[in-house]
Amino acid sequence: MISPPRMDAAPKVTGRARYAVDVRADGMLYSAVVRSERAHALLDGIDASAALQVEGVVAVVTSDDLAPLFPRYGHIIADHPILALEKVRFLGEPVALVLAEDRYAAHDGAELVEVSYQELPAVMDPAQALAEGAPLLHDQDYGVGDHSFEEAHSEPRFDNVCHRVDFSWGDVDQAMSRAARVVETSTAYPMLYGYAMEPYNALARFEDGYLKVVTTAQHPFMVRDDLARVFSLPLSHVRVTSPYLGGGYGTKSYTKVEPLAAAGAWYAGRPVKVEFDATGAMLTTRADSALVSIRSGFDSEGRLLARDVRVTLDTGAYADNGPLVLAKACNRSFGPYRNRNVRVTGMAVYTNTVPSSSYRGFGAPQVSLASELNMDQAARELDIDPGELRRRNLISPGERHYPGKRPMDADLVADLDLLLDGLGWDETRPELEGIGFGVTASDAGAYPVSTAVVKILPDGSVLVSTGSSEMGQGSRTALALIAARELGVPLERVAIAQSDTHATPYERTSGASRTTTLTGLAIQRACSQLLSRLEETAAQLKGGELNEIKAAEGMVVGPWGDVTFGEVVQGWFGGRLGELSATGVVRRAGELQELPPFWEIGASGVKVRVDPDTGQIRLLRLVTVADVGHAIHPEMLKGQDVGAATQGLGAALFEELVYDGPQLVNSNLVEYRVPRAGDMPAEIVTIVAERGDGVGPYGAKGGGEGTLNPMGAAVAAAVGRAVGRWPDRLPLTPERVWRLIRGDQS
Amino acid sequence: METVEIAPSINGREVVLAVPVRMTLAELLRDRLDLFGVKLSCEMQVCGVCTVLVDDLPVSSCTFLAADADRRRVETIEGLAEGEQLHPIQQAFVDHFALQCGFCTPGFIMMTKYLLAGSPDPERDEIVDCFDGNLCRCTGYAPIIEAVLDAARRLRAEVS
Repeated sequence: MISPPRMDAAPKVTGRARYAVDVRADGMLYSAVVRSERAHALLDGIDASAALQVEGVVAVVTSDDLAPLFPRYGHIIADHPILALEKVRFLGEPVALVLAEDRYAAHDGAELVEVSYQELPAVMDPAQALAEGAPLLHDQDYGVGDHSFEEAHSEPRFDNVCHRVDFSWGDVDQAMSRAARVVETSTAYPMLYGYAMEPYNALARFEDGYLKVVTTAQHPFMVRDDLARVFSLPLSHVRVTSPYLGGGYGTKSYTKVEPLAAAGAWYAGRPVKVEFDATGAMLTTRADSALVSIRSGFDSEGRLLARDVRVTLDTGAYADNGPLVLAKACNRSFGPYRNRNVRVTGMAVYTNTVPSSSYRGFGAPQVSLASELNMDQAARELDIDPGELRRRNLISPGERHYPGKRPMDADLVADLDLLLDGLGWDETRPELEGIGFGVTASDAGAYPVSTAVVKILPDGSVLVSTGSSEMGQGSRTALALIAARELGVPLERVAIAQSDTHATPYERTSGASRTTTLTGLAIQRACSQLLSRLEETAAQLKGGELNEIKAAEGMVVGPWGDVTFGEVVQGWFGGRLGELSATGVVRRAGELQELPPFWEIGASGVKVRVDPDTGQIRLLRLVTVADVGHAIHPEMLKGQDVGAATQGLGAALFEELVYDGPQLVNSNLVEYRVPRAGDMPAEIVTIVAERGDGVGPYGAKGGGEGTLNPMGAAVAAAVGRAVGRWPDRLPLTPERVWRLIRGDQS
Repeated sequence: METVEIAPSINGREVVLAVPVRMTLAELLRDRLDLFGVKLSCEMQVCGVCTVLVDDLPVSSCTFLAADADRRRVETIEGLAEGEQLHPIQQAFVDHFALQCGFCTPGFIMMTKYLLAGSPDPERDEIVDCFDGNLCRCTGYAPIIEAVLDAARRLRAEVS
């Protein structure tokens, strides 16, 4: 297919595009957050008197003021206080919210709020948190919030384990005992900040009996659920809208600052804006760091006999989406290889650090570092080419690698071969150059619930209404393209309304690479119903049998000739009145009964050169393969693939949140370095493989995260091959590489 | 709050404003003048989303005081297009899919305007160097570099 311009391009290049941060309300109060200066402490008292003296400060809100409300949120475990309740669990946790007439007064007021603490011992990493006698972060049972998340535990807790995963099949120990070779790999994946350039912000107000929130939320419908519980409102009385998002990447999944803004608005009786800067955002949500150990048994031909996996995630102070990230990490740790003996145990551990949650790839980058490096190490030890080793083990299309899950809907060997070709794997390389690559499959798509409404207006133009968010991935354009193609109307006659829990239909999430596939399917179903309705309406207007009337390509054709869609609407309602509409529904049924809705394939790799004197890594080539079934918009797809790979390169080369004792020491974009233009390789090869094997429109399935997933392992393997030793942790800073070359890896 | 009177030109329009001495240029442009194309992110002069031109030079408006804009020419993304007619740089960004979420786009485009004013036929490396203070988290930069090369060609064609 051709790639028409993005529908959001003109607004975005002219500065006219409105993001949540650009939205104001009459009488709005500005705010500033007072953050905890302890990692773990009981709150002894909050003295706001000096702050309240500042001209323009209207109120200083603390958890005491929120007593009439349900004081916490969290879609899996409602453990996260809007403002710290009795104790703080990480340095940077919101303790009070200063409301003021302008941003300066709010800021000055926040500086003057005095908080006294009674310090508690803190646990700063999973090892400390799991140690005998470790202080507990949480000592109450919060119950389970999201009942579609079946695995969340709800028994009373006596340790710092937020969530545990254990599953297995076959007999791992027996299979290991007959393996010709057992290869063990242990890796550390860094704690990351998935920097979306628009920091978290929200504007909340109570109006006409409704709570209205404009926010940076990827999933406005899930935020609505949390807000309804906090304020004991019917779901119908909470209106959450997400305009353009300045980046998402999973970091804007689930509830973040909305309860804070809404609680402020509730307390003050005026609209309240909560705006964080990047440092505030870094103290709000990060991505899980991970320790992963993988032991694989192979026969002498390199066939996988067994895999034993241990995953430990540092979830931080509150659950947020940690349990699901763990579940996904575990699901993604052993495939996409044929293997009859698998055992996976995982733990998500509470620590006194910034809470972690979703970030692009969602557990897959963390575990793939170990699982793909393990294949590379095995290949070396078995003296088999690493591409060939994978070919012998990758499952075939239609084969299952995970009992009870959807069979593989991709040709992984073909993807691998495209990737290796692109990388020039068979060419000889000079010393200190290396190639690394990986192939992964993620259970993506999330829970398949989407709804879309498509309307034909009296002039024949089309309005598509969807609850999915436009965060840069291009959903607005891709979904409009699907509607235009289904109805046969020009793209410029299609408009999209998005992300408004009052005005657009239900959408589970805009995440897990699901929108084009699942929302696209809902739109396709709506369009199909709409075409039938046009035929029926035309039959009633003009006569004729339904089997001789056909609506397609913008026209209804019958024995009486043809009429446009607009003429049918006008004929039915009279003049330029009315509209014909249909609702397309996607739920877990039929072809979507089996989960996941699709496997998201990751196939990407790099060629690097290592400077032995400085340890500096130079990226020479990046290759991505998009196995998406069908590319609705090839240029946007390639953009997603390179963008995702670039974020993977950031984790591989530069990015790491660093704690020194209780404090996050690099919570700013100077010391937390993300990829810049000059870091990118000169050669970028984007390959699109279209085999029509997805469950979505025209055989499409999701993309946009896959290329990130193997990237850490790919860079590590490339460096390993270049210098002759396998790295075991990221990011591969010059110092780490320099030490690796000298054999003192630490 | 202490204020100071300033008389800058904003996108070609002379204005006289009383601004708090602590107000940044970004706050003036966004909060007071509704020029929302000016974005804020790192607020430490690293990310470049707040880039505007002051007397033709790029500045990070997040840390540039509004008071210092007195009697100076400030240009923002809103000043580029002529009505519905996009500036050639803007059109190149559209054509090359050089944006996704778009939050960094105004900063990149203003930086490009500065670059091409002084260097109408830049080498790829020169563009990359120029963007060391502009971060993009979505695209991986490659389409942005292509857009700048193309914009340079279009602007040269306009001149000749």
